[in-house]
Amino acid sequence: MHSLQQLSDRQNRRRFLKHNAMGLGATALGSLLSQQQATAAEPGLHFAAKAKRVIFMFMAGAPSQIDLFDPKPELDDMFEQPLPSSVSNGQRVTAMTKGKAQLIAPSMFKFAQKGQNGVYMSELLPHLSDVVDDICFIRSMNTDAINHDPGKTLFCTGTEIPGSASMGAWLSYGLGRINENLPDFVVLNSAFWTGGTGNVQALYSRLWGSGYLPSKHQGVAFQPAGDPVLFLSNPNGVNRDSRRTMLDLVGKLNAEHHEQVGDPEIQTTIAQQEMAFRMQASVPELTDLDGEPQHILEMYGPEVQKSGSFARNCLLARRMVERDVRFVQLFHRGWDHHVGLPGKIKGQAYDVDQAAAALLKDLKQRDLLKDTLVVFGGEFGRTTFCQGKLSHTNYGRDHHPRCFTAWMAGGGVKGGISYGQTDEFSYNVVENPVHVRDFNATILHQLGIDHNKLTFPYLGLDQKLTGVKEAHVVHDILS
Amino acid sequence: MNCFLKSLSVRFTLLVITACSGQLAADDVSFNRDIRPLLSDRCFSCHGFDEEHREADLRLDRREGAEDWLAPGEPDDSEILRRIISDDDDEVMPPPHAHKPRFTDAQIELIRTWIKQGAPYETHWSFVPPESELPAKMKIITDDGNIPRLTEIDSFILDRLNQEGQSISNMADKRTLFRRLSFDLTGLPPNADQLKRFLQDDSEIAYEKAVDRLLESERYGEHMARYWLDLVRFSDTNGLHHDHYRDMTPYRDWVIDSFNKNRPYNEFVIDQVAGDLVPNPTTDQLIASGFNRLHLIIDVGTALPEESLNRNVIDRTTAVGTAFMGLTVQCATCHDHKYDPITQRDFYQLYAFFNNFDGQPETGRRGTLDFKRGLQQPYINLPSDEQKTQLAALELAIAAAQKLTRATTNEIKVAQRSSIDSAKITRLENRLKVETKKQKSLQQKRDQLMLKIPGALVMKEREKIRPAHLLVRGQYDQPGEVVERNTPSFLPPMKDTELTRNRLDLAKWLVSEENPLTARVTVNRFWQQFFGTGIVRTSEDFGAQGEVPSHPELLDYLAVQLTQSNWDVKKLVKQIVMSATYRQSSAASPESYANDPKNRLLSRGARFRLDAEVIRDQILAVTGLLNDDLFGKSVKPPQPDGLWKLVAMPYSYPRIFEADTGTKIYRRSLYTFWKRGLPPPQLTIFDAPTREACVARRERTNTPLQALLLMNEQQYFQASMHFAQTLLQRKHASDSQRLQHAYEAVTTQLPSQSAQKRLLQGLQQFKTLYADDEKLTAQMLTHSLSPDQLPTDQAGKVQLSAWTMLIHSLLNLDTTRAHE
Repeated sequence: MHSLQQLSDRQNRRRFLKHNAMGLGATALGSLLSQQQATAAEPGLHFAAKAKRVIFMFMAGAPSQIDLFDPKPELDDMFEQPLPSSVSNGQRVTAMTKGKAQLIAPSMFKFAQKGQNGVYMSELLPHLSDVVDDICFIRSMNTDAINHDPGKTLFCTGTEIPGSASMGAWLSYGLGRINENLPDFVVLNSAFWTGGTGNVQALYSRLWGSGYLPSKHQGVAFQPAGDPVLFLSNPNGVNRDSRRTMLDLVGKLNAEHHEQVGDPEIQTTIAQQEMAFRMQASVPELTDLDGEPQHILEMYGPEVQKSGSFARNCLLARRMVERDVRFVQLFHRGWDHHVGLPGKIKGQAYDVDQAAAALLKDLKQRDLLKDTLVVFGGEFGRTTFCQGKLSHTNYGRDHHPRCFTAWMAGGGVKGGISYGQTDEFSYNVVENPVHVRDFNATILHQLGIDHNKLTFPYLGLDQKLTGVKEAHVVHDILS
Repeated sequence: MNCFLKSLSVRFTLLVITACSGQLAADDVSFNRDIRPLLSDRCFSCHGFDEEHREADLRLDRREGAEDWLAPGEPDDSEILRRIISDDDDEVMPPPHAHKPRFTDAQIELIRTWIKQGAPYETHWSFVPPESELPAKMKIITDDGNIPRLTEIDSFILDRLNQEGQSISNMADKRTLFRRLSFDLTGLPPNADQLKRFLQDDSEIAYEKAVDRLLESERYGEHMARYWLDLVRFSDTNGLHHDHYRDMTPYRDWVIDSFNKNRPYNEFVIDQVAGDLVPNPTTDQLIASGFNRLHLIIDVGTALPEESLNRNVIDRTTAVGTAFMGLTVQCATCHDHKYDPITQRDFYQLYAFFNNFDGQPETGRRGTLDFKRGLQQPYINLPSDEQKTQLAALELAIAAAQKLTRATTNEIKVAQRSSIDSAKITRLENRLKVETKKQKSLQQKRDQLMLKIPGALVMKEREKIRPAHLLVRGQYDQPGEVVERNTPSFLPPMKDTELTRNRLDLAKWLVSEENPLTARVTVNRFWQQFFGTGIVRTSEDFGAQGEVPSHPELLDYLAVQLTQSNWDVKKLVKQIVMSATYRQSSAASPESYANDPKNRLLSRGARFRLDAEVIRDQILAVTGLLNDDLFGKSVKPPQPDGLWKLVAMPYSYPRIFEADTGTKIYRRSLYTFWKRGLPPPQLTIFDAPTREACVARRERTNTPLQALLLMNEQQYFQASMHFAQTLLQRKHASDSQRLQHAYEAVTTQLPSQSAQKRLLQGLQQFKTLYADDEKLTAQMLTHSLSPDQLPTDQAGKVQLSAWTMLIHSLLNLDTTRAHE
């Protein structure tokens, strides 16, 4: 049997080789050569886009939804009571709270109704409360990962395993750039945060990496000190004139060489060197805040004066989308409040509340909010039960993937609503669950992209941002 | 060379004539080449191998199961074709909800022809053992003794080109060829002596002698190792959570040494997969087994150990799939593979070889000596002879000190019991204090020494085998049935063993004669190094979703050659670079580049941008800065401030980047410290992967950030000035002479008249510019690496500034960063 199979395989193989050795030029080789191009040509706008640009404020470490966005006043009466096992239902927890009692820790923060629709807002977020009519809160977010690294990697790249392309890289790949002088995907990491130093989670360049996509699509991380873009400034002793002289010389020699060898890639090199030269002017102009009037700076709050602050990065993000940078991603760390949450979350709220609200207002007054999608969220939520010491005014919360809150504003999303519901404990989603891949599919949708069609072949799969499982655009929140 | 070209053109005529005979009917369709890729892409995810997700009980990956839908010979009676061409959204395949593109008319024609031919199925091409067959025409050619320089490789390439009415290009000129060869064999440009030697040798075998010399260079092993380190995701940190330090550098040294010593590739594989299981393993074999420890690993504290264990084993198994088998086995973690015949059971049977690791699934706590050394059990210490002596002496001294403190402690006890002489007790206690201090100081010295002694993480089996389960939906906490260790059922089986099969059996199976994948995957990756693209473009995936080979017969021929040569890698490399195909000129018409942008037919030499490491190493080499020390711990050349801090946690180790000093910072780039969370930007900006996953090929991009890097990176700019200073030490040379020397050093070429003129004009412009700006000139001079030798007069300063800009310009030329 085996030898028969081998014999037949051998014959087939000959046939395969024979076929390959003759006129396949027109068909198979043609497709072989053009496969890459064909796939690259396919992405693009699949339908009309509501948003042209995105600002994604990623809250690394996972903010507590119960204290910020998902009020559960009923829990006040259940202080220190064990979470019913019917609610937790044997769900896995982290190594930190495994086997420990799950005692309910009600939020110590007050919520009140704000805006035209009376959306409940935490007292921690007074400024965002002012702009609540522009915001759509999704309280039914959920994810697969229970730890930070896989959680962030899943949210930012679509899978928990490192190696995939990030959202901004996908947009760069699919939509291309709309600005000729700036990168199309910029990352702004906060250099510091107020909610204590012990609650910080690591970041990884993979979160804005290109994975299997060509690396030209990777995010450009702006630096809070030194050159905002790595290697932007001329070395000491080289000024704009000597740089121009050098580029003219190099450009002419490159052009001559192109005539000799014929490779069009040389022309790309020339073009990129010129783009680099333009960036040497456009990036400093972008990061120079001298022209910002006082009332704008004040709107973003006092921290805007410090390079590397979240507030500064919000203002920079506005300046970037004004100049049509496609995707700006802010990473703000310090949200991992396992213990001592109330004190620390106040610090974090101080960092983000005023600045994020200012960004929305600022975009709106420039008429940019209508086609700029602003997104805010972390990798998962936090437990309703306490980790560590529990009192009415001091408690901690562990990681919780089953529910959390994220929000969107502008870019064709309804404002002044909250979508989805959790149970009375903010433990399980009971209405309109939105998985992170649904969330990401929705972002792509607003940019005119069908998440199922923006693909890249790698490792045998048509890779996509939303991964192999089905994802659904959350149409209910779209205006 | 002329003689060779002439004979080549004669040969072309011959080939063209012979190629005209034996054409097959144009409508002949191959399942493997034409049909499987289509069915795989559009149909297999619902009608393929994965039983659980199979729709309508129809599978199209094999004939059995497709009969009701296929009428061999009768396309119009075949339901498959009817559904493919249907206009009805409820019927058409692939259905709209699958989000797959519709079949094109040309593809439909292929399927129609295939059915007309009887719809023959074939085993996937890469699962059938390779056979070595030269093209028929070549058999005639090799009988003809007049043309010694066309090799077997060329016969395959020419055979294919001739069918397109094309041929290969003229040979590259000697300088271009030698530059290409040096890059390809050593990762470095030729130095002046090597170049001179080659140019002066007019003999027929000058090129071959140059090949042999370069293959003997230690730089060869370093260069070959660099590709391997991408493939196995080698790095200096753990890659998860805190992303702490780990030391795997002895493994890197072993890889370099293996290539330099030309270790047979089969042994190279066996030692990595199972060096620890070889009877009486050598130190080298244990180090090699560290291949199994290169995966990402989380530090203890937050994740669940059971989950971490599972994740590590999947990572380990995936690496074997990518690196050796060229298969995406990990796709079968949660369900049967959708496109290849890898069942979920197959995956966990393979997984079972790797889950019996005798060590913790998460790294240890901070503060221990192991932690500081970047080590985690099991590991072996690798002290030098000197360190061994030092260590032995310290151990002796510590033992003696311990003996003293014990004795004194006893004396105190005795004294306390028997005497009330408090003065004596005090005296003794004081003595103990001194002795204890001395003992502690010795122990600290030993710890300090241990920190310097390299250790190597190794693989080790538990005695009692940990059972492996099929994990339902890939979930670590949902074990299904127990599975036995075994290889995928669709590949030739392993030899029977008396004892339980172990990794060593698996390793031997990987490089056994029957294995159809390993040799093919291997030669393809080596080929890719020299031509920029593999014969199979998707060098990480030889399954149904991978691309079919551009030259399947050549791939098979090389694979068979490799195994028959006892897996002799240098021989294979030499065979490739000796071919006329390799030696062609890459200069071609715009039409040639437009018609075959990726050069898949190889009608011209390979022109592509050099890899990040080669670009950096070249700058250091041509400017005279390169430190060519071999082996050792990773080094940290300067990078912009603050990059690590911006992503690190407060206890990440290391948290803040501190650049090395001295000549270490000029070592070759493969020794650069690799933090997975934020790898060196000088390398990632030029497409180096993050080393978080196994990567078999890099993308090549061309971006403004790359232009900025080459324009403004501090070390690169300092290198320009360093070279300029050296150049200006030739007091009596004219600017023209200096220019020619510099141009040749950087590009291996002599400048054309026009280039020479432009460059001298440029030099003059720079001189004027700096003469007019004293302040700018003063700033420029701060880049000097030998400030004590700077000119003191203004004219000298201007001269140096202008020459620095000129060298800097040369380093920024496209040709400088190109393999051409």
